[in-house]
Amino acid sequence: MNRSGLFAQIDLRRVYRRRKIVNTVMLSLTGLATLLAVIPLVWITVYVLIKGGASINLDFFIHLPRPMGTPGGGVLQAIEGSFVMVVLASLFSIPPALLAAFYLAHSPNTPLANALRFSTDLLSGVPSIVIGLFGYAIIVVYQKHYSALAGGVVLAIIMLPVVLRSAEEMLKLVPKELREGALALGSPEWRAAISVLLPAAAEGIVTGIMLAIARATGETAPLLFTALGNDNYEIGNIIRQGIHYHQSLGQIIGNIVSQPTDALPLTLWKYAQQPYPERVQQAWAVALVLMLFVLLLNIVARLWLASAKRHRR
Amino acid sequence: MRKASTPPQTDGGWRAALTRRLEHGDLIWRFALSLAAIATVALIIWIAWSIWVDSAPSRQAFGLKFISPWAKQSWNPVLDKFNAWPAIYGSLVTAFLALLIAVPFSLAIAIFLSELAPPRLRGVLNYMVEMLAAVPSVVYGLWGIYVFLPLVVVPLGNLLAATLGKVPALAIFFRGPIPASGLSRLGAALILVIMITPTITAVSRDVLLAIPRSQREASLALGATQWETVWKVLIPYGLSGILGAVILGLGRAIGETMAVTMVIGNTTGGGYSILRPGYTMASIIANEFAEAVSDMHASALIEIGVVLFAITLLLNAFARWLVWRVNRRTVGR
Amino acid sequence: MPEPLATKMEVQNISVFYKDFKALNDISLPIYANRITAIIGPSGCGKSTLLRSLNRMNDLVPGHRLEGKVLLDGEDIYAPNVDVVDVRRRVGMVFQRPNPFPMSIYDNVAFGPRLYGIKSKAVLDEIVEKSLRGAALWDDVKDKLKQSGMALSGGQQQRLCIARAIAIEPEVLLMDEPASALDPVATLRIEELAIRLKENFTIVIVTHNMQQAARISDFTAFLMMNEERAGELVEFGDTSTLFTRPKDQRTEDYITGRFG
Repeated sequence: MNRSGLFAQIDLRRVYRRRKIVNTVMLSLTGLATLLAVIPLVWITVYVLIKGGASINLDFFIHLPRPMGTPGGGVLQAIEGSFVMVVLASLFSIPPALLAAFYLAHSPNTPLANALRFSTDLLSGVPSIVIGLFGYAIIVVYQKHYSALAGGVVLAIIMLPVVLRSAEEMLKLVPKELREGALALGSPEWRAAISVLLPAAAEGIVTGIMLAIARATGETAPLLFTALGNDNYEIGNIIRQGIHYHQSLGQIIGNIVSQPTDALPLTLWKYAQQPYPERVQQAWAVALVLMLFVLLLNIVARLWLASAKRHRR
Repeated sequence: MRKASTPPQTDGGWRAALTRRLEHGDLIWRFALSLAAIATVALIIWIAWSIWVDSAPSRQAFGLKFISPWAKQSWNPVLDKFNAWPAIYGSLVTAFLALLIAVPFSLAIAIFLSELAPPRLRGVLNYMVEMLAAVPSVVYGLWGIYVFLPLVVVPLGNLLAATLGKVPALAIFFRGPIPASGLSRLGAALILVIMITPTITAVSRDVLLAIPRSQREASLALGATQWETVWKVLIPYGLSGILGAVILGLGRAIGETMAVTMVIGNTTGGGYSILRPGYTMASIIANEFAEAVSDMHASALIEIGVVLFAITLLLNAFARWLVWRVNRRTVGR
Repeated sequence: MPEPLATKMEVQNISVFYKDFKALNDISLPIYANRITAIIGPSGCGKSTLLRSLNRMNDLVPGHRLEGKVLLDGEDIYAPNVDVVDVRRRVGMVFQRPNPFPMSIYDNVAFGPRLYGIKSKAVLDEIVEKSLRGAALWDDVKDKLKQSGMALSGGQQQRLCIARAIAIEPEVLLMDEPASALDPVATLRIEELAIRLKENFTIVIVTHNMQQAARISDFTAFLMMNEERAGELVEFGDTSTLFTRPKDQRTEDYITGRFG
């Protein structure tokens, strides 16, 4: 054997022992880190469940807030406000996001496509508070008052990149043959897109939309100076008033979207910092509602996507 | 940009082709697609332009002194004098501290998830990581104020003040006392750790999982232990991607608003100590903009928004460059 | 034959399972020192599984289980007190596709020695040069040791992987179809290299290319799947005998190209 003897000179047993100890210690540390990371999640979830669960009741969902310092009352205004603004945001963001995603699917390598991708990255990276400043500048300053419309617009800007990206990813996965097949049959591009591409990527796109809605529902910062908050926001009242004054449907909708509006995370933020224990109690309840909604949406979206993928295979 | 099908000459040339396409609606369709794409690009430009213009009064009044650590003026809405350094410092120190703790943690979890965890446990943990990332930031804030600050941050802060705060060279950063409420830069940084760990973990895990099995086999066949394989082969292999994950985490840490605003105490004082309350760039906007006392005050806050935007732009450009570098390496293979 | 035949490794009645699936059934064969042993057989017959049993690379597969013994210098490498890391140092491996690390040529070769705490630059330089010479790559790369190993051609990458493997002075070198991803010229060079390497190493090579087995190996093992799709050893013998006067009808069918 032509052994240079290099390894004969090394005390292999000692080297092995040292390396093995390092191996065991480091690998155990990664497990420990994982265990530690689970703690805050469990801690937050359990705490919110207990604290929030204790102060949640039917009134909480169907009543407006009582004056500060008095117990009882609910956060109906925030639930309705969140709903209105998320609907607005979805209306504003989903159609352009899908069209832009179709653009990327259709011409993925043009300069415009590259610019679009970079812009999407930037949009999802820009702190939401900066989006809020923008919403203030283009709508609140112009309208001279805070509104659900302004809130809806900023939330739309936050949803846009989320929907666009997931739609792009999903459209990419649609086999090329499918689209070409439709075009070869002589159907126009837009029809091929809507009747072939869209259904083929539908589950993924819907998943993306659900995640975007979850994100928008939990978003607070950009609403601080666009929607502002409004303890008396109640759609039922607005409609009743509108009917009383014989307003048109358009005017009533205008009233709904053009006044300062509350949202669940806004309420949570305000209540959390107030000195009244009842309000803090309610903040926990709002946290519970918000967290359940967002997590549920996430879980449903992911389960759906997973089952859709399995189905496809 | 578009692949125009050559119009058949017999059909009367482009005029007929155009008519046909109009009839099919394809031209309108293409137009709509391009419009949506252009609008999205225009939107980000509009945002940049809008805050740039609205920050003009502040930019003209204070120039570069606005972001200078050595400027004499402070953040004073009453005198209409503004220097953003306290907020910039707050953002830097909280983000840096958060990364310092979150990166090793996230990397360790990513290694555990990609290399060690049995498949079933991995599935459950992946889910938890995703959920942790989805919890709205106000919920973190609420939990932070009432649970995390008093139970974790205050004792830890006292400990740091009593130990590192006594070391002359470090005293400036660890000077106590920490407020009884726990509202402090330290609290903000630790909340940020919890918030950015899922992000960095998820991306690093995907990076590690994407490394070909042949790399692991090559290393193990040379007699490397599993840890040596991770540390000397996988991490170097995925370094660019992991760096991308860190940048993503940094972006989140700097842009995070609500949870930080709720636990940092919101004051421009506080010196340099992490145990004292302060501001971050995002939290000062969140806290003061709706009640800005003057146009100059509002403009100064918007200028902070410009700084935040610029940081985002830089981080994104850096991340792009990393991706480009990785792609080039792959092509070179 | 330069030296008398000595048994370096001995496979004794091994069966390999993946969960409930039996991949190898009761295989026994000797592996002689400083000889090239080829493992041939139709695809899916467990050639690679057998090879990977020789340095416990199959341990990485979840659900893997092995019955029987694999002796290295008379000691069972699957015995409970055996250090798998040491087994893999003594039994090196080269894979089907070249898999250099994305680092410099130098660092690729120095990777193994560094694990053992060899830090001295002079010693590492020596090992790197010796290993690269051993893998017939030195002349190609001596001026660009700092360049990425990924930038080499496929054949060069495979030789780099061989250099990397022999840098830790293994006793046995396992080669899993080392030339299947290469062009004919590069294949020829790997074959020449294998023949040269047997002076210092015991070599086991898996190949689906019978000509290759005939050209370079001293001994050949022929594997086939049985009815339960588990790999079985049909015949083992010195290469010239096995290829010219096979004892088993199935071997003859295979080498004359009647199936597989």
